[in-house]
Amino acid sequence: MSDKIINDFSITVGTANGSGSQTSNLTILRALFKMGIPVSGKNMFPSNIQGLPTWYTVRVNKDGFTARREAHEIVIAMNPKSFERDLADVLPGGVFFYDEKIKASIDRDDITAYPMPVQKIVRASEAPSNLRTMVANMVYVGVLAQMVGIDLDKIHQALDFHFKGKAKPVNINFDIIKASAEWAAANLEKTDPYYLEPMDKTEGLIMADGNTAAALGAIYGGVQVVGWYPITPATSLVEKMNAYLPKLRNTEDGKQTYAVIQAEDELAAVGITIGGGWAGARAMTSTSGAGISLMGEYVGLAYYAEVPIVIWNVQRMGPSTGLPTRTSQGDLNQAVFLSHGDTKHVVLLPGSVKECFEFGWKAFDVAERLQTPVFVLSDLDLGQNQWMSEPFEYPDQPMDRGKLLWEGDFEDFEKKFGEWGRYKDVDGDGIPYRTVPGNRREHSSYFARGTGHDIYARYSEDPGVWTEGMERLLVKYETARQYVPEPMVEIMDGATVGIISYGSTLPAIEEARAMLAEKGLKTDFLRLRALPFTDQVKEFVRNHEKIYVVEMNRDGQLQQLLILEYPEESGKMISSTHNDGLSLTAEWVRDDILAKEAK
Amino acid sequence: MAAVNKIGLSKADYRGAPSTLCQGCGHNSILSQIIAACYEMDIAPEEIVKFSGIGCSSKAPTYMLSRSFGFNGLHGRMPALATGAMLGNKTLLGVGMSGDGDSASIGMGQFKHVIRRNVPLLYVIANNGVYGLTKGQLSATSEVGLTLKKQGTNPFEPIDICLEAMASNATFVARSFAGDPKQVKTLIKAALRHNGTAILDIISPCVTFNNRDTSMHSYSWGKSHETPLHDLTFIPARDEITVEDFEEGSTRDVTMHDGSVIRLKKLERDYDPTNRMAAVTILEEAREKNWLITGLIYINPERPSLMDICNLVDTPLNRLTEKDLRPKPETIDEVNALMF
Repeated sequence: MSDKIINDFSITVGTANGSGSQTSNLTILRALFKMGIPVSGKNMFPSNIQGLPTWYTVRVNKDGFTARREAHEIVIAMNPKSFERDLADVLPGGVFFYDEKIKASIDRDDITAYPMPVQKIVRASEAPSNLRTMVANMVYVGVLAQMVGIDLDKIHQALDFHFKGKAKPVNINFDIIKASAEWAAANLEKTDPYYLEPMDKTEGLIMADGNTAAALGAIYGGVQVVGWYPITPATSLVEKMNAYLPKLRNTEDGKQTYAVIQAEDELAAVGITIGGGWAGARAMTSTSGAGISLMGEYVGLAYYAEVPIVIWNVQRMGPSTGLPTRTSQGDLNQAVFLSHGDTKHVVLLPGSVKECFEFGWKAFDVAERLQTPVFVLSDLDLGQNQWMSEPFEYPDQPMDRGKLLWEGDFEDFEKKFGEWGRYKDVDGDGIPYRTVPGNRREHSSYFARGTGHDIYARYSEDPGVWTEGMERLLVKYETARQYVPEPMVEIMDGATVGIISYGSTLPAIEEARAMLAEKGLKTDFLRLRALPFTDQVKEFVRNHEKIYVVEMNRDGQLQQLLILEYPEESGKMISSTHNDGLSLTAEWVRDDILAKEAK
Repeated sequence: MAAVNKIGLSKADYRGAPSTLCQGCGHNSILSQIIAACYEMDIAPEEIVKFSGIGCSSKAPTYMLSRSFGFNGLHGRMPALATGAMLGNKTLLGVGMSGDGDSASIGMGQFKHVIRRNVPLLYVIANNGVYGLTKGQLSATSEVGLTLKKQGTNPFEPIDICLEAMASNATFVARSFAGDPKQVKTLIKAALRHNGTAILDIISPCVTFNNRDTSMHSYSWGKSHETPLHDLTFIPARDEITVEDFEEGSTRDVTMHDGSVIRLKKLERDYDPTNRMAAVTILEEAREKNWLITGLIYINPERPSLMDICNLVDTPLNRLTEKDLRPKPETIDEVNALMF
């Protein structure tokens, strides 16, 4: 037997969709997390409720690298339909656990194969017959635990969390796991080199998904009006909001300070949101690319009528219906330019679960400050998978309600600036002062419209008035640069090559930079966190001879935006795009950059 | 000195910008009745918020109630905008102006869903059976056989807005005729006090593109075919209900959510607007017999509105502050503990 390989490998489980395997997989993931080992879990699932093959990959890495890997050292095969593929996927020297009832030959002698008597163990258990197919997936949890060394106490903790402390399901599942581990101890001889050992690298961290984080962030941001429509992979964002709002925003008399409305479609969802934002409530919607396409016309109205709203786009693979259950960064250009006519939108780009929380509240401040729609682009990987994360932090700034005038504010305003007009730019920053319905002061009202309007919001077709209005919106976009989150920059001594990326690609980029450094290529890294670009981005672009713009789409959308912004620097920006619906791997980034370096 | 109402406002305080609609357009007459209703009901313009979509009807809100907030949104998408804004401040009275193009075609989905949610809103459909602003195309409410200058003859069955509203479980459905201002005004008053979506389908002739005597949306057709279901009186909640010299059994009262009463004086038939079956039947009968049935077709003052269902706090959402909206600092540890 070769040397032990400890806390550095990937485990992939192949099961049938809808068979309850998600509970088993999350149990493994959470138990490893509680063992203190850096871990990540990626769900690769079909757009289907029941029956189609689905895979889940858990990666453990003692150095803290948690990006997806292509290679699988350990594969667990529970689904006859994907058996052959699963078997072929095991790395040489790897391990193959399989349900022994799958009658297929194992024609590889470069791996260790362990059969699992799934049916036998389940039948011997006290699990009620109607739950047996669901709990069958717990067998591999127990066998794996025994063979690689997962602490059964931690597994119990994970089940306890999953079933919210309900003893009955916890016990039914845990009994199977225990029985399976005992069976493995008695019947299997370990001949593979893969071991798990407790560490202390997850202390103080939490495990959560980006959609939950975004929902919680929005609640701390004071969300009030939500219009939404179900769409994968954004649905759970609003569902989580519905789950946590009553707990976090309870009032003495049980009445609500918010309304969440499931609309008839995305057009209505964003319409409700715009109505709420215009009326002075903190309003948001959450959707994915196809929904954004439907919202286009309305977002143009909000841009031109200057209505603050927040739009979350948990990106999936387009165009068209595309791959609804696969991840993508293909909606960046759509977000920036959405709607007909000239539009430029503010876009926030969270790169971690913690940032989903932070931008969840911050987006409202930016939107109300700038009186404009603010997009927040997450993606399926960030939104739906469980990630290790630093704990959420309470907002470090009070709410910014922007330039909002109530009855008592007019006297002051008029003293300083004279007569109020809804679209009068008295501060020179492109942001006028707004009022909202319910303001009882005479002449505080205005008639909002998507048609041409003057500074008093009166209908106007005057060419000069139109041009002035659109130019002012550009001034406002310039002002936006000082209100959006700055990028994160990491410097390596002596690097001349830069990498720019954003969002969920972060773990792959971090690991790839370490790999590239080993190969002698030092890189600096700018993780973009918002558009419009700030001076820091300009500086980074100027200061590097060569910049790889790494993103998950076909056309290099971020690279295009950078070239539009800095045309004089266009020659140095090299697009590195990954576009197959799966999250980025460090190996791919390393290989792509090295191949391009070699040219 | 100009006459003033009980809150000290004159009619002029309810006016809008000068209308740019055609002279004689039915919509102008509807606007006058909304203005008159608000004035007579002593509603401050600041209590009202106007919404509209796109089309001649949707330009109309500019020409009334300048002191009210308003939002002229997208074609067929007014109801969503109104839904969000009314949630933002539930104390306001919503007035939505739409047309047959805006509501019966591109906006049919939102029309039905705002009704389904029972959003408190006076929803006027100024129905002229034609697209005016794009100069005379057939609409979804144009009758079969209607011949328009550039469009030829309409081969399609019309959509009946009141029937669509009934099918969506509307709680207030009325039809009127811009040439019957008294009835229009009474219905507007009742609709403004309805706790839910009040659909007002008002036949409002387009003098430019669809006013031939034979057209079912013309003034002359309306005048000769109007068949009122009843004579209507609106008695606001705070007014004492005085028994006038009505014959015993000749009137029917409907008490509204806020205590206001709609008194229906019988005409040819004893029509009960709280009976769904009767409402659907009368609409079908009117279609068969080519009557322009007008009046309060259906009302259900009991069903909760969206605001009731959402159980909102008494303070309008847009008056809440950080103190009301941001969970306390100590909660963040609890939230983190809820994660794994």
